[in-house]
Amino acid sequence: MGLLSKKDSRLILDPLADNNPITIQVLGICSALAITAQLKAAIVMAISVTAVVAIGNVVISLMRNIIPSKIRIIVQLVVVAVLVIIVDLILKAYSYELSKTLSVFVGLIITNCIIMGRFEAFALANGPWRSFLDGIGNGAGYGIILVIVGFFRELLGSGTLFGFKVLGDPIEKTGLYAFGYENNGFMLLSPMALIVVGLIIWVQRSRNKALIED
Amino acid sequence: MEHLELFLKSIFIDNMIFATFLGMCSYLAVSKKVTTAVGLGAAVIFVMLITVPLNWLLDHYLLQPGALAWLGAEYAEYDLSFLSFIMFIATIATMVQLVEIVVEKFSPSLYNSLGIFLPLIAVNCAILGGSLFMQSREIPTLGLATVYGVGSGIGWFLAILAIAAIREKIRYSNVPPALRGLGITFIITGLMAIGFMSFGGMLTGGDEGGKKPEKTISVEKMDKQQNTIGEGETSKKEKVIASNIKVNE
Repeated sequence: MGLLSKKDSRLILDPLADNNPITIQVLGICSALAITAQLKAAIVMAISVTAVVAIGNVVISLMRNIIPSKIRIIVQLVVVAVLVIIVDLILKAYSYELSKTLSVFVGLIITNCIIMGRFEAFALANGPWRSFLDGIGNGAGYGIILVIVGFFRELLGSGTLFGFKVLGDPIEKTGLYAFGYENNGFMLLSPMALIVVGLIIWVQRSRNKALIED
Repeated sequence: MEHLELFLKSIFIDNMIFATFLGMCSYLAVSKKVTTAVGLGAAVIFVMLITVPLNWLLDHYLLQPGALAWLGAEYAEYDLSFLSFIMFIATIATMVQLVEIVVEKFSPSLYNSLGIFLPLIAVNCAILGGSLFMQSREIPTLGLATVYGVGSGIGWFLAILAIAAIREKIRYSNVPPALRGLGITFIITGLMAIGFMSFGGMLTGGDEGGKKPEKTISVEKMDKQQNTIGEGETSKKEKVIASNIKVNE
């Protein structure tokens, strides 16, 4: 395999920052906000979406010359639905509590705009290997935002990361809690996720003036 | 009575945008003008009104464990719930196609202003989310499912109407350049979501010691209480609060 060509490596790196699916393309917001109260759920969701986007991209790309244009949305929906059913069953089998936390949002991967967006914008016009890379890149870009939001929400909201108490024990008042620090329970609620993403967008656009819209 | 409660609950407390963030993509993309927002919101209400009861029927008579018993006793153990995703999305895609045809015929101007967003409703998380929540909360009757669908649609409509109105106004405000457009919309939606959380005490009598609104209040429990004869209003309310507290713990 060797190193990827310059063009191909851009397929992976662009969505991580300049063409980020969540903050720039405005896709996939729903699940980014709803399940990021725990870092573990955020990472599992990111991996699931990346898998569905990458594999779905390859499948659609392989079929791209034989899908009639009138029914292409339906074909895309069927492909995504099948992949998500598989992901859902795998999650239920290997990690039941996590699938309960994610609840309906695993099913909502079907309507995750990133997936349909990439099918329409890329897989229908490009070969399978490049579509695969594009899928990985966009999934990773989505994943980064999820991890950042999940990191702050879980750390500030319950003082834990991945379930490990990193700031000390709130009940026994060790660590940071000995100084009177309290968890900001508000971070665990939905509105704060929106505000955290807004702040991420602010930081991103301040650093790259080209992204500012009028 | 429980229909009214479910109706109000799905508009204000379980608001599709502010509580569960479903349908954010089209919410953010179409909310630049109030007129298009109203059009999209109306289309969402209409689609939800049709798809949620339809999917309830599918779920009840086809997909649930034991649902196929009406075909014959030997089919009683079939559990087709793993097919839910595909069946729900198929009904939604068909219904959206229907709505598109109807809108194109009766209101070409609306059709043109909605553009790509009308077929995009098919993949609007709110529509599929409505059906999936209906399934996971095990809403017991067709009437309640319809009420839930309409209520959720109206909640979504309310949200997109509000943010469109606000976005039209803040075009004349001094927003920092990096926040303009998307960033400030996120923050404003967050603040609106905080505001909507105040509706949490609306249906439970109010005084729960500041508990968060419990999203999984089971409609089944209230249904059973309806059946007990001769219980006064206060004891019913106590039971609801008691079941709330039980679920919260």
